[in-house]
Amino acid sequence: MKKTLALLMAIAMLAMLLVGCGGGESGAPAESDSIFIGCLAPLTGDVSVYGVTTKQGAELAFEEINAAGGVNGKQLTYEFVDEKGDSMEAVNAYNMLMDKKMVALFGDVTSKPTIAVAELSAEDNMPMITATATHPDVTKKGSNVVRACFLDPYQGQIMAQFAADNLGVKTAAIIYNTSDDYSSGLKDSFTQYANEFGLTIVATEGYGADDKDFKTQLTKIQAQKPDVLFVPDYYEKASLIATQAREIGYDNPLLGVDGWDGVLAVLDEANYGVVEGCYFSNHYSVDDTTPVVANFIKNYTDKYGEAPTAFSALGYDAIYMLKAALENAKSLSKEDIIAALKVVEIDGVTGHISLDEEGNPIKVVSIVEIKDGKYTLKTKINPVGEE
Amino acid sequence: MLDLIKQLINGLQAGSIFALVALGYTMVYGIVKLINFAHGDIIMVGAYFSLMAIPMLSSVGLPLWLCAIVAAALCAILGVVTERVAYKPLRNSPRISALITAIGVSLLLQNAFMLLFSATPKPYPSIFGKDSITLGDGFTVSYITILTIVVTVVLMVLLQMFIKRTRVGKSMRAVSEDAGAAQLMGINVNNTISITFAIGSALAAVAAVLYSAAYPLIDPYMGSFLGIKAFVAAVLGGIGSIPGAMIGGFTIGIVESLTKAYISSQISDAVVFLLLILVLLIKPTGIMGKNIGEKV
Repeated sequence: MKKTLALLMAIAMLAMLLVGCGGGESGAPAESDSIFIGCLAPLTGDVSVYGVTTKQGAELAFEEINAAGGVNGKQLTYEFVDEKGDSMEAVNAYNMLMDKKMVALFGDVTSKPTIAVAELSAEDNMPMITATATHPDVTKKGSNVVRACFLDPYQGQIMAQFAADNLGVKTAAIIYNTSDDYSSGLKDSFTQYANEFGLTIVATEGYGADDKDFKTQLTKIQAQKPDVLFVPDYYEKASLIATQAREIGYDNPLLGVDGWDGVLAVLDEANYGVVEGCYFSNHYSVDDTTPVVANFIKNYTDKYGEAPTAFSALGYDAIYMLKAALENAKSLSKEDIIAALKVVEIDGVTGHISLDEEGNPIKVVSIVEIKDGKYTLKTKINPVGEE
Repeated sequence: MLDLIKQLINGLQAGSIFALVALGYTMVYGIVKLINFAHGDIIMVGAYFSLMAIPMLSSVGLPLWLCAIVAAALCAILGVVTERVAYKPLRNSPRISALITAIGVSLLLQNAFMLLFSATPKPYPSIFGKDSITLGDGFTVSYITILTIVVTVVLMVLLQMFIKRTRVGKSMRAVSEDAGAAQLMGINVNNTISITFAIGSALAAVAAVLYSAAYPLIDPYMGSFLGIKAFVAAVLGGIGSIPGAMIGGFTIGIVESLTKAYISSQISDAVVFLLLILVLLIKPTGIMGKNIGEKV
């Protein structure tokens, strides 16, 4: 039954692709003066907003690289296949790109399908770089996978360090989503590193995925009067928690993570005050004045008419990492590209990136402060032990 | 002790909203024996209506809280239209058909609003201001919390008086007791049912405004979970009974709050449903439910 279904799906996909190819410049990777990069992203469906912004960042990088003469004189060709955020679709798309003889794979965007594809690519020893999949398992499937983003627990560590060293506070409380891996993972790492940095956790409270009322938990937290409150969740919950925390009279800063990016968009302008003076960790900051960041933001905004997200920035950086690896590789064999990818080092939009032995980046984290109703770069933090 | 009072107030605020929504379930059930699953989505619609009304009100310089009146009026119309279009043709069909239709209406509203406003949550402005009252050291109660509780209690009392004292209220009670006999006594059953839907939907719209002001983020699916909680409140209090809806709503709000505060935030839903099971085992008609006499 499953096989029949898979077969049917594969046929349907193939048919769609044939239709899709009809008018396009995609496909035809065979010429020797070009290098074909297969790309996976969810371009429709629930998580399409991540897929589309990642694709836009990557496309900008492809265009810049090709305009500047390509990689060792060869142009990069690429094709994005929509996997709708679904593991099975992603696997089918991967097989299809394999048939088209891709040299390296860029993708996927969200963790779940990325892990599914990573497993296959490890068998094929296909060089693979994901821009944004943050789950620890992504790079554990094989030595062929690397990524451009930092991992979830890393942010917990950075925020604990920031609270203790930069803000100089002594006590912290945590409120987190008990039914979400992202949130509870961040809670764990923050708790672990808080002790290391001499920060006392005075309260840890949880809530469920559907909750909108956090006053009870916040009232309990408020009774302990913590210096900071760590809120590791996405912006929708963060906006509600911030609003209610202010309502019950909690005035100290809230600390967030990259999921907070976009929190101002879900707050009414008159309510911006509730997140004023709060900090969150992010992959980059839009008001960073380093030339590489400023250029990226200008070119991106000119091309797409909207400001880039952290996903666009990571997509852009991942393509430049791939470019650097292709340039440095002894040949375009899979082994040589993987070897070059493992030691790649670039100065990207999201900071200086080098990789550890597992293929995870060692990079600075931007701390964004919400000030006068705007995101402003507070500081960049190096992980302890790196300079 | 101070903490206990704070947590009780938190519970009362959440409970007020549940109670207002539970009223809609209970009134409709009382009169047409239909569990109106679309009622939760009327809240969502009310939230969007009021959100749209706010810029218009502010452009003509009227106070923003009037959006609650606008939303209540529009939701009342929507409630009546839904009843006329979707439920009335099925009044003599098996009850399950009407129930399935209610689920259909719920899905229709959710998806229609998703198409109109997209699934992205929209921020809700603070229409009642952000003032709060400080009662001693570190004990602040926000204006919206007090307003929610007061408005709910006032509406409940008004509704109870309306049902007990007015002609329309009397006819509502008559129809709920025996629609056939009521018709023979010269009561317009269709109009009475329409009025019931209108009142229930208008109360849902008021609940929507209070809810959105307290949790200022609205999306097309906000009604479903709130609707289920309120439905539980209605059943707990005794479905069909108006004071029951109020008691059910406040009970759930307070039990949830105290469980989160003193036991664990992860089992608050479990405790609420356990309470529901216990009440139904001991008194199957709910706390305020009347014992239904066998018709001979």
